[in-house]
Amino acid sequence: MSFTDAVRNSYQADIEGIKSTGLFKQERYIHSPQSSDIEVEFPIGSALRKCINICSNNYLGLSSHPAVIAAAHAGLDARGYGMSSVRFICGTQDIHRELEKRLTEFLGSEDTLLFPSCMDANAGFFEACLNEQDVMIADRLVHASIVDGMRLSKAVQDTYKHSDMGHLEEKLREHQDKRFRLVITDGVFSMDGDTAKLADVVALAEKYNAMVFVDDSHATGFIGRSGRGTHEHCGVFGKIDVITTTLGKALGGASGGCVSGRRELVEMCRQRARPYLFSNAVAPVIVAGTLKVLDLISATTERRDKLEWNARYWRGLLKEAGFDLREGDSPIVPVMLYDAKLAQDFARDLFNEGVYAVGFFFPVVPKGQARIRTQLSAAHEKHHLDTAIEAFKKVGKKHEILGLGKKELVAKFAA
Amino acid sequence: MDEISTAVRDYIIREYVQEGDDREVTDTTPLISSGLVDSFSMVSLLRFLEKEYAIHIPDADATPEAFDTVERIVALVRSFQKVEVGSV
Repeated sequence: MSFTDAVRNSYQADIEGIKSTGLFKQERYIHSPQSSDIEVEFPIGSALRKCINICSNNYLGLSSHPAVIAAAHAGLDARGYGMSSVRFICGTQDIHRELEKRLTEFLGSEDTLLFPSCMDANAGFFEACLNEQDVMIADRLVHASIVDGMRLSKAVQDTYKHSDMGHLEEKLREHQDKRFRLVITDGVFSMDGDTAKLADVVALAEKYNAMVFVDDSHATGFIGRSGRGTHEHCGVFGKIDVITTTLGKALGGASGGCVSGRRELVEMCRQRARPYLFSNAVAPVIVAGTLKVLDLISATTERRDKLEWNARYWRGLLKEAGFDLREGDSPIVPVMLYDAKLAQDFARDLFNEGVYAVGFFFPVVPKGQARIRTQLSAAHEKHHLDTAIEAFKKVGKKHEILGLGKKELVAKFAA
Repeated sequence: MDEISTAVRDYIIREYVQEGDDREVTDTTPLISSGLVDSFSMVSLLRFLEKEYAIHIPDADATPEAFDTVERIVALVRSFQKVEVGSV
């Protein structure tokens, strides 16, 4: 079949539909390395604008760190550019296995398997390790990649209300007839920035004989006293059966992810997880860079300490200015606006003031929960945050929202 | 009808409304289109209906539209109860 006019028109109508509902996504071209100060071309074709970036996952500020870049260069020279193979044919180098061992040690697990991304790790795990005799019980706000992964598995699906331990207990009780029970949660929830009650989850899992799965993508490297993740923060280090996480955020931010956990579960992924089996090995240059990242963050907690300070300082500035925030103590600080159009307008106005932040609204967050998600980085200096807050205040004043709580904001923009 | 409606409404409140959320759920409150229930969490509602009313709702009938209000869910349950009675 050729791409006829009728086919083209049908897709064009779909695209127009996305535009008319205000959900059309547009890329902004960044002409500089990832950092706190970036140069952005937006709209496309316009002059470059210098911006403070307050929406990246570059939590530890290592995306463009000179030592990481140097290690990546050395890796490129020593091990080449690409593997031209999946891992199990001829795509595994010594450094792939070295990185897996280092991640195992860092995360306090038994073994680790690299994936092209954490999205792939989540897409592959459930199908590889569970069958129709088992049940997966997930927090309702887990990342979309977990939802997709669960849909690929034959195991029974269930969910519990966000961080509601009473509801989780009900579900665990209900599914006692299953062979295996797996409780699934994010460590830090990406949209709200709140932390899972992992100590309670682990206690319930022990009581009802269940395994625990944590996606710690928004925590690995900086949550917990030495940055090991949510399990360290919650005092259950070594008690999580499966951790999935990414190399694409705090750990240098290039790409790649992993499944880390009980030896047999990791082995099942090596044997059966389709995204591992059917996609290329992580590029050597990324492996080499991530090994250097692990050296840096294992040697000192300086960067995660600075990030913690920045998050607390930024949260204080926003509160003092009169913004309505989601409570939490992670470097994800959502500024609640509730109205989708306001979130879009607010982000556009911030950009015009030299601050790059993004508005999130349905379907990325629930209806009526639109927000600007701000994310802190150890690469932010105090002056970045002091400048950014002035822009937030200016735009907040323009929209007359400073000092308004949820009810007032909802009422103001309901019309 | 009222009995099923009450049971379904009670289940939805218990299963989906977060603590501290003071929203009211009536027979005509949008569930899916309001975001209270989504396709990911809908599976427990489906399981509840099938178990409670001893019916089987095929995937093709478990659409977001059919699950969007308590009223519609009750109608769906009753349509399958009728089918099963008729098939005896």
